[in-house]
Amino acid sequence: MEIAKKILKVKVNGRPYEMLIKPKTTLLQLLRNDLGLTGAKQACMDNSCGACTVIVDKMAVKACSVLALQVNGREVTTVEGLASRDGKLHPLQQTFLDFHAFQCGFCTPGKLMSAKAMLDENLHPNEEDIRRDMEGNLCRCTGYKQYIDAIKAVAQKKEGAK
Amino acid sequence: MRDFEYLPTKTIKEACSLISQYKEEGKILAGGQSLITLLRQKLISPSYLIDIKGISELNYITFDEKNGLRMGALTTHRAIEKSPIIQKKYNVLSEMEKSVASVQTRNWGTIGGNLCSADPIGDPAPSLIALSAKIKIVSSRGGKTIPLDEFFTDYFTTLLEPDEILTEIQLPSPVAHTGVVYMKFSTIEAGIKIVSTSISITLESDRRTCKDAKIVMSAVAPVPFNAKKAGNLMAGKKINDDLIAEAAQLASEETNPTPDVHASAEFRREIANVLVKRAIKQAFEKAKIA
Repeated sequence: MEIAKKILKVKVNGRPYEMLIKPKTTLLQLLRNDLGLTGAKQACMDNSCGACTVIVDKMAVKACSVLALQVNGREVTTVEGLASRDGKLHPLQQTFLDFHAFQCGFCTPGKLMSAKAMLDENLHPNEEDIRRDMEGNLCRCTGYKQYIDAIKAVAQKKEGAK
Repeated sequence: MRDFEYLPTKTIKEACSLISQYKEEGKILAGGQSLITLLRQKLISPSYLIDIKGISELNYITFDEKNGLRMGALTTHRAIEKSPIIQKKYNVLSEMEKSVASVQTRNWGTIGGNLCSADPIGDPAPSLIALSAKIKIVSSRGGKTIPLDEFFTDYFTTLLEPDEILTEIQLPSPVAHTGVVYMKFSTIEAGIKIVSTSISITLESDRRTCKDAKIVMSAVAPVPFNAKKAGNLMAGKKINDDLIAEAAQLASEETNPTPDVHASAEFRREIANVLVKRAIKQAFEKAKIA
């Protein structure tokens, strides 16, 4: 049976796309293979590790476990959309650098997106909130402490700036 | 993943009509947080995927004292976790949701999808059963409401017919002098659970005599179940450590655990005993001040 492709309209990092895709395309495949955005990583592929985390509307989701057609009409933000257009890093990215909050870096894009979604929703997370909300992002190098410190620092800075 | 036709729907009627047309060849997609993995692993390969996540009439949380709580099947885990009315009236549910999978999964996954996937280690079912949940099921042939307790028939199996859709979860209003808790045991935080239990204790006005006890166990049998012998043992008796120990022992004898890489059957049964004991104590304390 020849499966009909479907039209997908989606905004990714502010840019609108309209394209024909196979229904079985996952959001992760769309981003990496069709749009060339390889920041979201393909790893466990069973909804466990969080390396593929992106933001859909305001929610962090695991792109490996969402069909691309399910984000039709929605807005997707990936790690490529974090820095401003002039190349200035997002405060989370800069603080991750300052705190050396990664080792191999593979899980970092997913962590940044989870952290962004969390801080956009909750301006005053305490350490427990951070640990709980970041539970869905695994780091194989086990570099957990530094990025929790980094997120805490960004949250404190945000609070100070208010 | 094998190819499939993708059929997005906007109304319950539309979804019912499509699934009654395709039956076994079709599959309902809600949040897909279990389903997409099953498709990818080719454990299921439907020819038609009927996406109901866009049905806005199935996404709601309402409460009134007379009718209790009504949740649309497409309510996300995150919405339950954050709902002020659920936090206030059914605190056990919002607390339980905090520990369901990860934030990402809770953001996209739905309560209806979770129940229909019928994973024996699923978190929501035990608490919902302890809270006497009913579920509404519809198809183009009509509708019915059944206790959630009767919904699960085996590992990953429910009594849903191929053309039926779960649309609503209903909870009665909270009963006075009642404490409900959910407790789970896993060897690492956020790991695969070995045993979980949800307990509801209702006390007489003396705040010491058990009026009603529901001891729901999960991950220790093919389906979550209400350990009725243990609950019946407690009803009408003054609650003390001996009674709690006896009920926990009975409850653990009602389990039928499967050994797997995470735990042996003996270990699961022993943990069930310990966990039920702890959970009854906590539910009792909660009921005293409820």
